[in-house]
Amino acid sequence: MLLDDITLIVEISLSALIYRILLMRLLELIPPSADQSRGQAFSLISYDLITSVPSKQPTIQIMDSYTAPESTPRQSASSRVKDYFIGATPLQKRLESARKLTSFVPTPSRRKIPQCSQLQEDAELQKVAFLLHKQWSLYSLTPLYKFSYTNLKEYSKLLSAFIAAEKQKGLAVEVGEDFNIKVIFSALLGMKGTQRDPEAFLVQILSKSQLPSENGEGKVLWTGWFCCIFGDSLLETVSEDFTCLPLFLANGAETNTAIIGTWFQKTFDCYFSPLAISAFNLSWMAAMWTACKMDRYMATTEFLWSVPCSPQSLDISYAIHPEDAKALWDSVHKTPGEVTQEEVDLFMDCLYSHFYRHFKIHLSATRLVRVSTSVASAHTDGKIKILCHKYLVGVLAYLTELAIFQIE
Amino acid sequence: MLKEDCASTLKVHLAQSLPLPSNVNRPRIDLIVFVVNLHSKYSLQNVEESLHHVDATFFLGKVGFLATGAGQDNHCSIHRNTVLRLAHTYRSPLFFCDLEVEGFRATMAQRLVRMLQICAGHVPGVSALNLLSLMRSSENPFLEDV
Repeated sequence: MLLDDITLIVEISLSALIYRILLMRLLELIPPSADQSRGQAFSLISYDLITSVPSKQPTIQIMDSYTAPESTPRQSASSRVKDYFIGATPLQKRLESARKLTSFVPTPSRRKIPQCSQLQEDAELQKVAFLLHKQWSLYSLTPLYKFSYTNLKEYSKLLSAFIAAEKQKGLAVEVGEDFNIKVIFSALLGMKGTQRDPEAFLVQILSKSQLPSENGEGKVLWTGWFCCIFGDSLLETVSEDFTCLPLFLANGAETNTAIIGTWFQKTFDCYFSPLAISAFNLSWMAAMWTACKMDRYMATTEFLWSVPCSPQSLDISYAIHPEDAKALWDSVHKTPGEVTQEEVDLFMDCLYSHFYRHFKIHLSATRLVRVSTSVASAHTDGKIKILCHKYLVGVLAYLTELAIFQIE
Repeated sequence: MLKEDCASTLKVHLAQSLPLPSNVNRPRIDLIVFVVNLHSKYSLQNVEESLHHVDATFFLGKVGFLATGAGQDNHCSIHRNTVLRLAHTYRSPLFFCDLEVEGFRATMAQRLVRMLQICAGHVPGVSALNLLSLMRSSENPFLEDV
């Protein structure tokens, strides 16, 4: 039976796994029930009310394999555009999208594997190199009202004044005075998925060097950048005055993030909210990033689960050699270029059942908190660290999708 | 649920999984509620396996699904549509209730007791199958043609 074959593959490829457990205490978490088989026996019972005889079909298909009416978010966006009358107002488009979301399937059951991006030249690489290997906190941002890319210098001055004013509360501050900190707005070229996406831009807070002998920029205290990758579903529903940059990433002190957030909210009438990544989305990320082809692997693939138990929660960390993870993924993967819901579930279930066989702990009863691969690493609190420049755009595309989903 | 007032005696039997041991003498079962915790895939797997042990006649209105934990979205490992699909496959009603919250728990208990009274036949004029078709007609029309 096909099920046995897959189990066999699991045994061979995972025999070389490295696993390391950090357990604070060993607890008897879930007593395995007597007739619990391998944990892999999923079967779909199609219940026929007329004959009232359940017919069992042993397939690998997991319960939640539904066929989405639209296959990818991009395709759905283009089909929706065709349905509109010419000259439909943004409000009508907004209502249509809201109505569509309350219907059956809000998330697609298949997604494209991030493609290797074209940022291969060294010059471009250098420009985005500072984005890698840094831990970013994620926020979702509603569209900015009357934001223009030509006024970046003016925004820098206003923001510097605002920050200085916040830091020295109560004292009168003039725009243009000399401060200890400097704010720079700059556009990030190349950070977009399609031509329609607005340009990404970067905000940096630099400390001005006190000594006159030091030339150039001071130390970077805080960095934040706004971007939008494949944000078609949002771009259609807003009018001309708005700039859509739903994903905001910040690195640096929390107080600075709060101050800058307040300034943006006041100036552009937008709203920031922290973007948390659910365990469901983390498992998707794990599958998609393992599917990316890499020349050499820089880091082990690692998962962290949090076990909900009183009084103190337990953390289980499971590390796999990246080539083994890729081998497991290749055995699960069928459709080239796309990731489906069943493949993600099967991939994670293989890991769970392997762990259960060795440690008798049901990982599926715990909550996935952190996923870390050679491409990127993500934490459920909304923290991300991107390690590979080739798939930068791909990772950001998925995050943009999550941000747009949260806004809507 | 036991706190609710009820004309006849109400007995609740909790089980982690089916089948129940057959050597015990127990009264007739009127309603089975499967509780799925959206935070853990394990509970969904458990429910799916337990469903195989339920006799076919129960699905004519005497089975319900209760999904808990939908309030904390970032703790959810199961997508909401998965349980919707499950309930639709078994043609049984699905309730969403955050069992951690006291107020929701009390409301849910009232609903379940009422449903139980109908399933046990204590409410004249309404049978379990009646209730099932009444509840189904108010469902999302998209679900019907899938």
